[in-house]
Amino acid sequence: MTRFLTRLIWSVLTLLGTAALTFFLLNAVPGDVARVIAGSKASSEVIKEIHLRYHLDEPLWKRFGLYLGQLARGDLGHSYVTEQPVAQAILSRLPATLALSALAVILWMALAVPLGVVTARFRGSWFDRAILVVATVSLSLPSFWLARMLQYWLAYKLGWFPVGFFSSFRDLLLPAATLALLFVGYYARLIHTNMVEVLDSPYVRAARAKGASETSVLFQHALRNALIPVVTILGMDLAAMLGGVLFVENVFALPGIGTLAMQSVFNLDPPMIMGTVLFTGALVIGANWVVDLLYGWIDPRIKTEH
Amino acid sequence: MTTPLLEIRNLQVEFGHGAGAVRAVDGVSLTLSQGKTLCLAGESGSGKSVTALSIARLLASPPAVYAGGEVLLEGRNVLNMKASELREVRGGFVSYIFQEPAASLNPVFRVGDQIKEALRLHRPEAATDAEVVRLLQLVGIPAPEARRKSYPHELSGGMQQRAMIAMALAPHPKLLVADEPTTALDVTIQAQIIELLAGLQRQLGMAILLITHNLGIVGDMADEVAVMYAGQIVETAPAREILRRPLHPYTQALINSVPSLDEDAHRLKAIPGAPPLPGSFPGGCRFHPRCPRRQPECAEKIPPLLEVAPGRSVRCPYWNLPP
Repeated sequence: MTRFLTRLIWSVLTLLGTAALTFFLLNAVPGDVARVIAGSKASSEVIKEIHLRYHLDEPLWKRFGLYLGQLARGDLGHSYVTEQPVAQAILSRLPATLALSALAVILWMALAVPLGVVTARFRGSWFDRAILVVATVSLSLPSFWLARMLQYWLAYKLGWFPVGFFSSFRDLLLPAATLALLFVGYYARLIHTNMVEVLDSPYVRAARAKGASETSVLFQHALRNALIPVVTILGMDLAAMLGGVLFVENVFALPGIGTLAMQSVFNLDPPMIMGTVLFTGALVIGANWVVDLLYGWIDPRIKTEH
Repeated sequence: MTTPLLEIRNLQVEFGHGAGAVRAVDGVSLTLSQGKTLCLAGESGSGKSVTALSIARLLASPPAVYAGGEVLLEGRNVLNMKASELREVRGGFVSYIFQEPAASLNPVFRVGDQIKEALRLHRPEAATDAEVVRLLQLVGIPAPEARRKSYPHELSGGMQQRAMIAMALAPHPKLLVADEPTTALDVTIQAQIIELLAGLQRQLGMAILLITHNLGIVGDMADEVAVMYAGQIVETAPAREILRRPLHPYTQALINSVPSLDEDAHRLKAIPGAPPLPGSFPGGCRFHPRCPRRQPECAEKIPPLLEVAPGRSVRCPYWNLPP
């Protein structure tokens, strides 16, 4: 219980830090937000009114206080550009982002697990070496290049996928595959390394001595043990993946949080920028909670330690 | 003559290929009859564990290569069995318990589920919770109903080894290979485990191949003893005789190094020198550099294993000389 409380306090502190960082960074950006909102031809009265309305003339610390007060009430504010509540905008974009991320994780794990297991079982074989090369290439690919290339060849030239269009969740396949390709090589190697170690352990020999089939030895006895460190790293990589999501969503014009964040940056729309950043932060924290629960489920030794 | 339960003929096991190949087991032959206990004794690196693992072809291959010989289980050669036959023999005919129970039980599965898996593989009709509880009771685990749901790390070392024994015995094997089952345990627990094994053998009638470096436990349960040194058998004999009158200088040294309660010794008696590692066995008799009775000829050729009395063999032409 104390562990849970500490965890909760740290989560809140992390979010507070995120809020402070985005707030002060945005205020360090030169330019008058009021000018952006009203347009370059607006009269000085209009500008003054906007300043008054959004408390733009108040000192920085006071405005930060106002912002925190607003957050404490669960209010992320309104967009300066569209007047839409930030929370509403984010929630309407959430399904696409969640579906894209989930599909990407499922795709890369579905590929990395069998690749890692089989290359560990037949380590040193030509197949293992070939996968090592492919994996190294996969983890060295820059996301912007890969996304553009897949879009150009598979969507534009071959027409297998929509170029930049979203009508159903099936259209998420190519963007998710793009993200998956960026991670699959790294995870295939990670699982390989852990499997190699586990396959040498006495309990794997004991499983074979029992007469368990090779499939059962690999995927039941060994894999679950080999996945324990992989899950930890997956938790840490989720934040990195959200960076990739932002980019991929923009390339494929998906109505997700990534495109919303990018748009709000181009519009210089502070409430929307702060809202999306804060929400993404919350998403990462939430994902790490889930990963920790998963960790306790995979490794029973963790539960008793609590 | 009936076919013995286990017969190993001239087994040769190497690690690696070609010029770099290291021969860890060099021409080992053993026989074990139903319900009997054979103790395979020797120091680390003598090839006893490699021999034991070869019985169910459990060595990872590569790097291990079965370079020659046969391992016959009731006449069937394990070394050229198909994968499916091998799976049926492993656990079903020959079961294993290993040195470190903590590492040999899978840490992420409940003890009861691991025992049940052994049942499912070889006695599917008996794969029930009730049978798991009965097996845990059989090996003397208190509160078996609760322990069934424990994870290995929640049990003590002795309890873990008992759980391993329950898992090994679940499929009713005809042969139990115990590879240094007590090495990782406290001395008091060691005695309990040996007693448990001896009791279970009387009750269930399986044969036991006991691998040990500790001749102190030989007298407690072995019928026959084979002593290994540097990949070869140097002496075989009935257990009582070998303890009373060891013939090979190595066996004599090994028995002398077991501390006795009767004598007033200040230092442990060790065998001078270190056992050679596979790949660097000395020429001639492999024990000659450490042998108190060595002769000039000992360095020249490997002595044959001589049958000196019914059931007694020794790999030393000078066994009969006075020490």
